[in-house]
Amino acid sequence: MTSTGQGHSKALKMVGAATAVVSLLTATGCSAGGASGTDADGDVTIEFAQWWEPELPDGEFRALIDQFEEENPGIKVDLVSGPYASTKEQLFAGAASGTMPDVVGLDGAWVNDFAAQGVIANLTELMTDSGYDESELASQIQVDGATYMIPVVNFVYPMFTNDALLAEAGVMSPPSTRTEFADAASKITALDNGASGWVLPLSLESPNGVQNDVMSWVWASGGSMLDAGQPDLTNAEVTSAVDYISELWDAGVIAPGSFTMKEQDKVEEFTNGRVGMMIDSLAHINLIRETNPDLEFSISAIPAEDGYDGERGIPYASWGIGVAENSEHKDAAFKLVSYLMSEDVNSDLSTMANAFPGNTESVPAFVTDDELFAKAFEIYQAGYPANEFTGLPVAEELMRLLGEQLQSELDGQQSVDEALKNAQTAWKSEF
Amino acid sequence: MASRIPSLDTEVIVTGVSPSRRRRQLRKTTESYSFLAPTLALLLVLMIVPIVMVVGYSFQDNVILGKSGEFVGIANYVAILTDAGFWRATSNTVIFTVTSVAAHLVLGLGFAMMLNSKLIGAFPRAIFRGLYVLPWLFTVAVIAVLWRMLLAPNGVINFLLNSDIEWLASPQLALGTVTFINIWAGYPFFMVSLLAGLQGIPGDLYEAATVDGASPTQRFWNVTIPQLRPIIVSLLLLDMIWTSQQFALIWMTTGGGPIDVTEVLSTFTYKLAFAKYDFSSAATSAVLVLLMSMVLAIFYVRHQKARD
Repeated sequence: MTSTGQGHSKALKMVGAATAVVSLLTATGCSAGGASGTDADGDVTIEFAQWWEPELPDGEFRALIDQFEEENPGIKVDLVSGPYASTKEQLFAGAASGTMPDVVGLDGAWVNDFAAQGVIANLTELMTDSGYDESELASQIQVDGATYMIPVVNFVYPMFTNDALLAEAGVMSPPSTRTEFADAASKITALDNGASGWVLPLSLESPNGVQNDVMSWVWASGGSMLDAGQPDLTNAEVTSAVDYISELWDAGVIAPGSFTMKEQDKVEEFTNGRVGMMIDSLAHINLIRETNPDLEFSISAIPAEDGYDGERGIPYASWGIGVAENSEHKDAAFKLVSYLMSEDVNSDLSTMANAFPGNTESVPAFVTDDELFAKAFEIYQAGYPANEFTGLPVAEELMRLLGEQLQSELDGQQSVDEALKNAQTAWKSEF
Repeated sequence: MASRIPSLDTEVIVTGVSPSRRRRQLRKTTESYSFLAPTLALLLVLMIVPIVMVVGYSFQDNVILGKSGEFVGIANYVAILTDAGFWRATSNTVIFTVTSVAAHLVLGLGFAMMLNSKLIGAFPRAIFRGLYVLPWLFTVAVIAVLWRMLLAPNGVINFLLNSDIEWLASPQLALGTVTFINIWAGYPFFMVSLLAGLQGIPGDLYEAATVDGASPTQRFWNVTIPQLRPIIVSLLLLDMIWTSQQFALIWMTTGGGPIDVTEVLSTFTYKLAFAKYDFSSAATSAVLVLLMSMVLAIFYVRHQKARD
């Protein structure tokens, strides 16, 4: 063959090979599944996708998992860690393509959707099959009577108060009723040093302010936004709480910028001493202390309606755990779940995360070490964890729908009754 | 007249036998397509397949999350087109896009002419060029965070104005504010492109116009603008397409709120997909956006063809 002929042939072969590589790459790219499987030694590798590892001190979560691998020879755990939003997107993509990791970190807001799709396993069955004693579990998130998520640790949302601002305003102790709270908020605002009484994040981008900063007022007075699992936004308790928030708004005691404010903005406002009171997660205590070591603040139960003396619901968010329905190693996956829920490991994890344990027997170390956490644990035990959004369909969208109506009401475009009626109609169509 | 030299085929040289015309043609075609194959494979997998899938989803119900989608005809289109939220988002998108593109052009042309002026020395010109092009160097995430901080109720802008205006949180101001941020972020693209265009205009044209007694305004309208016209039209069409698809900036500054005053088609579609998990409706909305973008794209392609 002449050199020209060889050149042509080589070029064609190279083009052919390149095409094959591209096709192969794209094809594998489309069907890339989890890395779980069984290797030549018979070892099982399970994937665990969560957003917890990046939120914990470096290496501590991996150390817990290493301990699990030591106790369970033959099981390897591949941690797939990312920020909350990426984990959420990854799980929803995995649910659609049937490639969910074996063990998944879950938010209560996603459970209903995943269970309805049949992509997360029925944990009640797994518990029964493995003879697991569920009596120690603080709570289980169920859909149609079956458990799909177990809260591993809980972050509660009490009221934070800036002691110095309160004292300057002549308020000697944190408010405990709505009247006291409104009074304290207006006194702080009246100081005229640029600080506002309260902060209310209502961003529609991340609408969890509706859950933590609005509905918390309903739950703190023993109210509910549901009736037999269906939306009940127009009841007296919700109306009274929204009326109250509307009055605070009209009184000008809420920090400006609410409609685009997110949780991190709220924490920033409080940390910098620009607001006197906020409802926030205990998870932020360390952040506040690190950012502004001079800030003196306290934690108390969220104020209830005047005269209410029942148990106060305290909002919480969980790091939940579940098992993927498509997992080929559900036994190994559930072993990891039960390990994380065991008394000692759960105590360790709660301590690392500054959260309250999902195992009723576990006691995190910070309860004895830190006065603020001890106080928070007291509030937690005196009330009951309340988060009615957990387990609801499209929970985040429900918050956004109510958030839009609240913004419209606070902007003076409609009354409280109209806002709640519109939100109720919008919610009903999602159920 | 030069005689035509027949091209020698490799096979002819090797075997001494000339292959049939048809075989030669076939081999040529195969060879051409083999060279194109990697690009075609990528185009197919990355463009054609996803677009066809999304169009397919828009005619089905319960897609992606359900085990199998059901064909529902144009029901999704009827639902989206009768949704007041979709029309609100469309109207916001039009206001946001038209205002942004118009301002990009005016500011971009103004700054480009200033930088092209002989009245400014080389050194200050280099400094101004660096300053004016700065917004273009930031990613959208940085721009969003930067302006959120500047425009916060207790931010720098309010401090300078001695006011407490809620720029992004007020339903009356939010759309105008995000449009302003988008204008700030996008004008350097116009400025750089138009500056290149201005530098390419021959000086003789201005000299001839001056000799004919044209005033600076007349020179601008009768020399500068006609010379820049092809660039301006291309820029306008491209910017219309890009701005109408702006998502990150709006999502990170207002999330489509307050209420729905900054809801644009991209945030509307995103919420359908990732807040409601209603991928059928999201696909439908995306197809409608694609159709609108295609109208602009067709204008752009026709304009480019006309230039060629």
